[in-house]
Amino acid sequence: MTTELLVKELVEKNGKSRNSLMPILQGIVQKEHFLSEEAMLSVAKELDLSAADVYGTASFYTFLDTVPRGKNIVRVCKTITCHMKGKDDIINAIMNQLKIKVGETTHDKKYTLLTANCLGWCHKGPVMLVNDDIYPELTPAKAVEIIQSYGKE
Amino acid sequence: METKLKKVDIIFEDDKTSPITILEKTIKRSADEIILDLIDSGLKGRGGAGFPTGLKWKFTRNEDSDVKYVICNADEGEPGTFKDREILDRVPEKIFTGMAICGYVIGAKEGYIYLRGEYNFLLKTLQSKLNKFNGELKQKNIDFAIYLRSGSGAYVCGEESALFESMEGKRGEPRNKPPYPTVAGYNSKPTVINNVETLVYTTMICHMGPEQFKALGTNDSRGSKVFSVSGDTPIAGIYELELGMPLNQFVDEFGDGDTKAVQVGGASGHCVPRKKFNDTIIGFEGIPTGGSMMIFNSTRSMYNVLHDYLEFFTEECCGQCTPCRVGCQQLLKGIEAVKRGERSPSYLDDLKNLTTTMKIAAKCGLGQSVGNPFNSIIDNFREEIIY
Amino acid sequence: MNKYLVNLKVNNMPVSVEEGTTILDAARKLNLRIPTLCNHPDLTVAGNCRVCVVEVKGARVLAASCAAPVSEGMEVFTNSEKVRIARKHIVELLLSEHNADCTKCFKNGHCELQDLASEYRIGDHVFLDLVNQEYKMQDISSPSVVKDDSKCIRCQRCVRTCHELQGISALAVTNKGDHQRIATFLNKPLNDVVCSNCGQCINRCPTGALTEHNYIEEVWKAIYDPSKFVVVQTAPATRIALGEDLGLPVGERVTGRMVSALKKLGFSKVLDTDFTADLTILEEGTELLTRLKKALVDKDDSVVLPMMTSCSPGWIKFQEHMYPELLDNLSTCKSPQQMFGALAKTYYADKINIKAQDMIVVSIMPCVAKKFECERTEMRDSGYQDVDFVLTTRELAMMIKQAGIDFNKIGEEQYDSILGESTGAAVIFGATGGVMEAALRTAYEIVTGREVPFTNLNIQPVRGMEGIKEASIKIKNVKPEWSFLEGVDLNVAIAHGLANARALMEKVKSGEANYHFIEVMGCPGGCIGGGGQPIPTSPEIRKLRTDAIYSEDANMPLRKSHENPEVVEVYKNFLGEPLGHKSHDLLHTHYKPRKRY
Repeated sequence: MTTELLVKELVEKNGKSRNSLMPILQGIVQKEHFLSEEAMLSVAKELDLSAADVYGTASFYTFLDTVPRGKNIVRVCKTITCHMKGKDDIINAIMNQLKIKVGETTHDKKYTLLTANCLGWCHKGPVMLVNDDIYPELTPAKAVEIIQSYGKE
Repeated sequence: METKLKKVDIIFEDDKTSPITILEKTIKRSADEIILDLIDSGLKGRGGAGFPTGLKWKFTRNEDSDVKYVICNADEGEPGTFKDREILDRVPEKIFTGMAICGYVIGAKEGYIYLRGEYNFLLKTLQSKLNKFNGELKQKNIDFAIYLRSGSGAYVCGEESALFESMEGKRGEPRNKPPYPTVAGYNSKPTVINNVETLVYTTMICHMGPEQFKALGTNDSRGSKVFSVSGDTPIAGIYELELGMPLNQFVDEFGDGDTKAVQVGGASGHCVPRKKFNDTIIGFEGIPTGGSMMIFNSTRSMYNVLHDYLEFFTEECCGQCTPCRVGCQQLLKGIEAVKRGERSPSYLDDLKNLTTTMKIAAKCGLGQSVGNPFNSIIDNFREEIIY
Repeated sequence: MNKYLVNLKVNNMPVSVEEGTTILDAARKLNLRIPTLCNHPDLTVAGNCRVCVVEVKGARVLAASCAAPVSEGMEVFTNSEKVRIARKHIVELLLSEHNADCTKCFKNGHCELQDLASEYRIGDHVFLDLVNQEYKMQDISSPSVVKDDSKCIRCQRCVRTCHELQGISALAVTNKGDHQRIATFLNKPLNDVVCSNCGQCINRCPTGALTEHNYIEEVWKAIYDPSKFVVVQTAPATRIALGEDLGLPVGERVTGRMVSALKKLGFSKVLDTDFTADLTILEEGTELLTRLKKALVDKDDSVVLPMMTSCSPGWIKFQEHMYPELLDNLSTCKSPQQMFGALAKTYYADKINIKAQDMIVVSIMPCVAKKFECERTEMRDSGYQDVDFVLTTRELAMMIKQAGIDFNKIGEEQYDSILGESTGAAVIFGATGGVMEAALRTAYEIVTGREVPFTNLNIQPVRGMEGIKEASIKIKNVKPEWSFLEGVDLNVAIAHGLANARALMEKVKSGEANYHFIEVMGCPGGCIGGGGQPIPTSPEIRKLRTDAIYSEDANMPLRKSHENPEVVEVYKNFLGEPLGHKSHDLLHTHYKPRKRY
């Protein structure tokens, strides 16, 4: 489906009011993993907002990326208790496996590796999100295994 | 000290009474009676700020408006806090019921749950349970429906007016107050916004009456609350405890025997060192908390802890107001500069003065509370910051 | 609606104000000044800079006085120790993320942050320098507006200006936390986005983050170049505002002094855009009558009504971006600035025997969009760039200061001739409704042979500061050749500020309104409130400037464009007739659709 069609569909579903902006942007990110220039322009057009306004709103939210992201977005929690429980080892293991640094996307566009602020699993750190799926009580080996399982899809 | 740490079972209690039955029973009473019960119970908001829930409902009920809203703040983002996720996962119907009761009391027909984006994995089951609940409301001719809205990764949206902005499709920037939500909240309409846990307590207070709740806790801190326990503890997890306990008893129960400090109330809360465990009360008369208890043992560097917190606030503040946007960066870069020896240790005192300004001049609670961890860690662990 | 009076004390002084008044305004009533940065009289309240915090007795935290309403019995302290320390901290914090290289800044001496820093004697920087080096790359892509993020203090006045006053939102707040900044869509260069170049953001920027693209050095260079013949034209609204930047009170008319100063600066000839404003009336008035005839008599479907004025280049670019489907409604007349340029390098050059390639045309404008306009490729009908450099009123004031001219004591001089004569109808181009009034004064007389039926030619219904004005004039007892207009109600509308223009365009598009002629000025109040005018601006300031414009008109010996003898002469000796062949070549243009998003 083209981005323009996707936006039209989301607008149809959520409505044209400003209050619908977040669900629409979230819907685009779910399908396309980030908000492209084209996507933001389409939303601006449909909702009669300025493109800068759409961009300004999107860029406020960590999960509404405005730069290209891979098919699977890995977010490793970096906040204190996960830090204490070894998030650095998790990140290193994933970096080694995917051959990318934090903030980067693999060449095949399959993975983007990011860190995140507190994911709300402090009692079971370290923890990461892969897309919307949560993985608590990680070890480096477990993290690598989980990442690999997404590659098979 | 007499008080004993006491585990309680109200929130997750597996009562035979279904929440919908509680709702039906409750709305047979007058709205004013329900409000009186809530006020009588002494329930204060469990999100951290601690505003009396009964009063909040009363103020909103008193507003003259055709449209009002009930919003459940499920944007749990405070580092060290994860109890709302557990409540949403295990007893969502009790939340829905609290919202429906509130809707009846204040005269609202719509309720929203604003769920943080990090908890999107809950969406599916939550939505289906919600569909069932909304169906039951409809069946029983209760004119109220609850909808789910999702956040997208912004801690500050937990601030109520920022949450409204976000729901209105805007940047989550806190508003000027007044007006308060009870007068002009979501869509500028009178709005009750309650934390997840608070809503469950309202359900349970309506169910069991205010007496049982009020019997728990202290004069200033009635009832119990759900604590998120993490860090250096062998038994990290969720615990519902009576309010007003001394911190030393908490540490005895949860610590690993080597506890040097407890961060009470999350990153924006206070850091209590071992020497003060004995005379620190957990509750509104002592250190109030949204329920986060992070335990640090002697192997932990308090510089790292503070650095993590400050980095968190620097990234997660909305950026609109000067004291918070620039203040957070100055605190973060400031302790780095002291650590590297580029600024003298006395610069920490300049920064402490700055937190006083942030506390009184920042636009919202986020900026106002950054000084809590900063001062409590600098005051108690100054050497660790400098050397 | 009756409002309750609220009694409070500020610094122990009692004051009563209406319910809903802010603490800031209550303090002002007591002549207490509380410093502000994000607050602006034209904009909604933001309450984000926090410079205006005050102590309210009994309150846990300080209140932002610009946002906090008064309440009964309130006790406010605007200069307590707490307040002073907090305010000083806030200024220090702002300076720590601000590229405070003041001596190199175009706004040096005109910066609200600098003033505050000076007021609070901020000496040694207590805090660390946080200026983002990347932000020091200025965006100079636009010929009109320069954006320098390293000077930005995030007060968001520009964002609110672009949204609330101009309805565009080319600028928005983006990102959060330490990455929060003011940016265009995806940080694109200003020249590539929907920016109208109106410069209203510049007028409201408290620092040097948004400034005009200045051409002062280029103009000095031209003046000093002996091989160049440098003529200067001055727009209507400059003569009632220039004094503000040279120490004179708001609303003081300085026409003669301005001419005198321009001569002293070394311009070869000092001429008047008012001359081409009069000419515009003849061209545009004729165009309107022609369109009406084609529509009403010839039933020509290709004729588009309502016709819309085209003097304001910010409005033009706005329309090209936002309503490309309405471009045919725009009058094809160039703006007076560009008509002047085209005539200067043809008719005038010929008259005074100067080669066009040796002539430099400089404009003094209340506008920054004119800087963009003069660079448009359509504006080269003389065979050269018709207007070479555009300076704002502010830039001219700087040149006058640089030249050591004492503007207060300078004598008055007259514009040179030709292209220096004008009428009162031309000078009112500077205020919203002015072009409409000037056009009606001429068109009514052409059609009926009589003066417009308003006392002293003052067409009051088209004057004033309402965002959208509407008027209807019944045309009666027409001359035989205009019989098709007999009994017609001529419906006109006027908008100023692009948010109002947008609302008006929506009315036009929906067919809700049935206008014949629309005047739009891009800036609030019209050119007197232009993006190139002295800073600050406010409704009061714009009112005083408008009054000055109308006094200028009232004092002119000639008040109707068609009576301007130089205009009569240019038709007789050069142009032939309005909308004639030569006019078409030199004085008319076309527009192009631009990206809306």
